[in-house]
Amino acid sequence: MTVDMMRSGLPASIDETVSLLTSGHYVADRGLATVVFLALRMGRPLFLEGEAGVGKTEIAKVLANTLGRSLIRLQCYEGLDVSSSVYEWNYAGQMMEIRLAEAAGETDRTRLGSDVFSEKHLIKRPLLKALEPDAAGAPVLLIDELDRTDAAFEAYLLEILSDFQVTVPELGTFRAPAPPIVVITSNRTREIHDALKRRCLYHWVDYPDSARELAILKAKHPQTPAKLARQVVAYVQAIRKEDLFKSPGVAETLDWATALVELDAVALDPALVTDTLGVLLKYQDDIAKIQGTKAKELLDRVKAETR
Amino acid sequence: MPETAAGTGHLAENIAYFARALRAAGVPVGPGAVVDAVAAVAVAGIGHRGDFKATLQAILIKKREHMPVFEQAFAIFWRRRALVERMMATMMPVAPGTPDQPRQEALRRVSEALYNDANRDPEQIEEQKILDARMTLSDLEVFKSRDFEQMSSAEIEEAKRQVRTLVLPLDTVATRRLRADARGRLIDPRGSLRASMRAGSGSIVLTRRSRATRHPPLVALVDISGSMSRYSQVFLHFLHALAKTGRKVHSFVFATELTNVSRALQAHKDPDLALGAASRQVRDWDGGTRIGGALHDFNRKWSRRVLSGGAVVLLITDGLERQGTDALAFEADRLHRSCRRLIWLNPLLRFDGFEAKAAGIRALLPHVDEFRTLHNLNAIGDLVRALSGDAVGASDPRRFRIG
Repeated sequence: MTVDMMRSGLPASIDETVSLLTSGHYVADRGLATVVFLALRMGRPLFLEGEAGVGKTEIAKVLANTLGRSLIRLQCYEGLDVSSSVYEWNYAGQMMEIRLAEAAGETDRTRLGSDVFSEKHLIKRPLLKALEPDAAGAPVLLIDELDRTDAAFEAYLLEILSDFQVTVPELGTFRAPAPPIVVITSNRTREIHDALKRRCLYHWVDYPDSARELAILKAKHPQTPAKLARQVVAYVQAIRKEDLFKSPGVAETLDWATALVELDAVALDPALVTDTLGVLLKYQDDIAKIQGTKAKELLDRVKAETR
Repeated sequence: MPETAAGTGHLAENIAYFARALRAAGVPVGPGAVVDAVAAVAVAGIGHRGDFKATLQAILIKKREHMPVFEQAFAIFWRRRALVERMMATMMPVAPGTPDQPRQEALRRVSEALYNDANRDPEQIEEQKILDARMTLSDLEVFKSRDFEQMSSAEIEEAKRQVRTLVLPLDTVATRRLRADARGRLIDPRGSLRASMRAGSGSIVLTRRSRATRHPPLVALVDISGSMSRYSQVFLHFLHALAKTGRKVHSFVFATELTNVSRALQAHKDPDLALGAASRQVRDWDGGTRIGGALHDFNRKWSRRVLSGGAVVLLITDGLERQGTDALAFEADRLHRSCRRLIWLNPLLRFDGFEAKAAGIRALLPHVDEFRTLHNLNAIGDLVRALSGDAVGASDPRRFRIG
């Protein structure tokens, strides 16, 4: 496959990238759009780090949707190994193959070997699937929350991400016809090794500013009343400036807006904020800190701002 | 090689003294290397100071981390005596003048290794006693129970050396990753099938596997305020030795603000260089102390980044908090709930009649799993054994709780 075919359908400029993401209801800032554009053009993995709920995973989904590629997701967890991330053999099928061969009196060991370890008994897991040819173009491979797995898996990824090939010892080497679009996310519960970061384009996804957050809310929940949306965004922005253990992310803003719409609210009031604070804040200490007078104080400020 | 030695006059002796100085500074140089060095200098000749240095370096240095020590030792040893120049003068009609370099600040270890014969020419030294790192057994026992605070600076240096020789903790936690294990409880289907294909028999031989284990990460929060400086110095050496074993060690120091020095400690294998790099990062050595503030910073900025994987947290502080202790108790509680095991090392505990009277200590105590002292080498040894899983000495914080 030529480079041109590989690039077919990919945005040709940063502006095009912004509009591509916008068409998928993702409001990206210029920095993020730039790094996405570069990752697509250069064929390099995109490494996104940031607090939980700032829209890292969403990027991969939106890219797959808007580019018409299939999305292959590998959710990382502790103990992730080759058999659950790359491939596994169908042991029951293999044993059956052996029994059948015995019943048929098969004695040729080479032939039996190639029957037992044939592709029909190979169960492909996300990383191997991402290397297969796809009519729609190379798929989007999302490696989610890489920080949850261990350093050994990272080292294994190094090989895949540089050559885009996997070797199954019994069968042979699988090579991707075109490298997949790789998006790696991390919540930074531990540091990812420099060697892996080096191969990727790195971007720290930060909390959005109020204008962008309002745009996100409008894109995702157009049914939210305009005044409520402004207040919700201003309130969340104010709460992020407080000294909290976990500041609410964009996902929490969207949840909160949904919750308030469900409660038929058209504007914030102190009782409503206190009752629904659990949607925004997920630590008891944080809730205790904001609840009551602090919540009211913030609300008064927000109301003065958004008037 | 008698002919070599005879042919170069005092050079062989000087090289031998230089090698001894290096050895005292911690660079392993065997007698064989000295003979080789003399032979090499004889072959290469002394035409140029740089060549001479490169020749010695090629023979005497086997590891990159010994380079800085060698550089310093070479500069001090051979400049002070202007030996290279003298040697060159005997071999050349006109000796090139050496620029009078400003005396660099030498590594302390090197100057210590050389100080014994600072005012004498090596020619006059006969059976010069070189600073010996080893002690007799009974001396060592006494030394190990000596309080760091009461040690002279030379003894502190010795303590730092001793701390590096401790057998490091071997604690492990099970991971979710599996590895082949003949006596494991879990069946390895892939291995079984491959084994039976190899054997070619009608039955399938089961191969087994079990959970892999690894050392959990260690996170140390070290108080470097004035009252703690002696203890924290030695402990940072201990941390450096730990980090060299390949285990994940995150080191933080604090007085009035928290600084992450993990990278600096791991950047150099040489302990003095590593600690030097770490201390350049810190802006508030020996200042006052704000334990609550430091723990707050740690909880906010670092806890979620370094406490994954069942980390053990070592908190090294005397617990004498000057500011509000409510905040301290709150942050300690949060820290306690985020890690697997929180061990508080407090040198004040060395006093027999220690009672938890200070407000800061009372605020911290309910939130730690273990409460230990850290005033001498035996205490650090106990800590190592405690980390390995043996119950050593009294460490239950509850015995100090009042009411």
